[in-house]
Amino acid sequence: MAEMGDVEALLRSALVPVEPSEALSDRLQRGLSEITDLAVEELADWELSTMRDPRNWGPTVAAVVAGGAAAGGLVVLSARQRRRHRGSGPMRSLQHGVREVSSDLRSRLRR
Amino acid sequence: MIESADKRRLDGDFTELYRAHLRDVYSYAYYRVGNHHDAEDLTEQTFLQAYRHFERAQRESDGRPLRPWLIRIAHNLAANYYRDRSRKPQTQLEDAAVVSATHDTETLVEGRQELRDVLAGVSSLPDDRREALIMRFALGMDNREIARALDRSEGATKVLIHRAIKQLEQQLEEAVDG
Repeated sequence: MAEMGDVEALLRSALVPVEPSEALSDRLQRGLSEITDLAVEELADWELSTMRDPRNWGPTVAAVVAGGAAAGGLVVLSARQRRRHRGSGPMRSLQHGVREVSSDLRSRLRR
Repeated sequence: MIESADKRRLDGDFTELYRAHLRDVYSYAYYRVGNHHDAEDLTEQTFLQAYRHFERAQRESDGRPLRPWLIRIAHNLAANYYRDRSRKPQTQLEDAAVVSATHDTETLVEGRQELRDVLAGVSSLPDDRREALIMRFALGMDNREIARALDRSEGATKVLIHRAIKQLEQQLEEAVDG
């Protein structure tokens, strides 16, 4: 007859932590760094080019804030949507997400 | 450029969170979905979702650990995963735990069967009880963390875990008797 303590011991033996594969770890880390690096680069390039013209100073600040805030959300949404529709691999969805952010930032900054 | 500096700090914090809890999220996902392929998918989606809401979560955490928040995201995504695809949790979890036992041949066979019974028992528990046990035993979360992840009081969480263990105990007894 199993006692409470025995069951807890069994649970400890059965439910051990599971190590993710190195491939997943690398893929996630690479994907997240691409997303964050890209967002920062895009903003920096655009800020430099736009701030030369004083007429853009007001809209620039507003757009930087809006673009930065939108970037993260867009990556997630687009990655998930594409994943659902196409059933593609994880890296592909991350790459699509990165491209979408880049294109979204460019279009926002052109306005 | 203040926004960029803030973003870099935020990204650095997020990287730390990711490194500290990748195994937790993956373990939780694995025990929820029962296979490595979908667990990877769920883990990936969890971190992307977390990245999206990280700034707000950090601001509202008031210095408390973010692991329960992260596990809650995985919990919600897992619920969607089953709802969207009308899937049931799988019980084939052998490669995670059962194989890792190190005993002589006879006890290994007995031990494997015992652990297999435990895993099957966990899989058959109601969702909230199963999840509480996964968080407690696979992730080593305490009652306070589990309560935050499941959006319950600490008292209710303590009762939930107690009942889950009692139910599992009964199931194992019935399996031995039957």
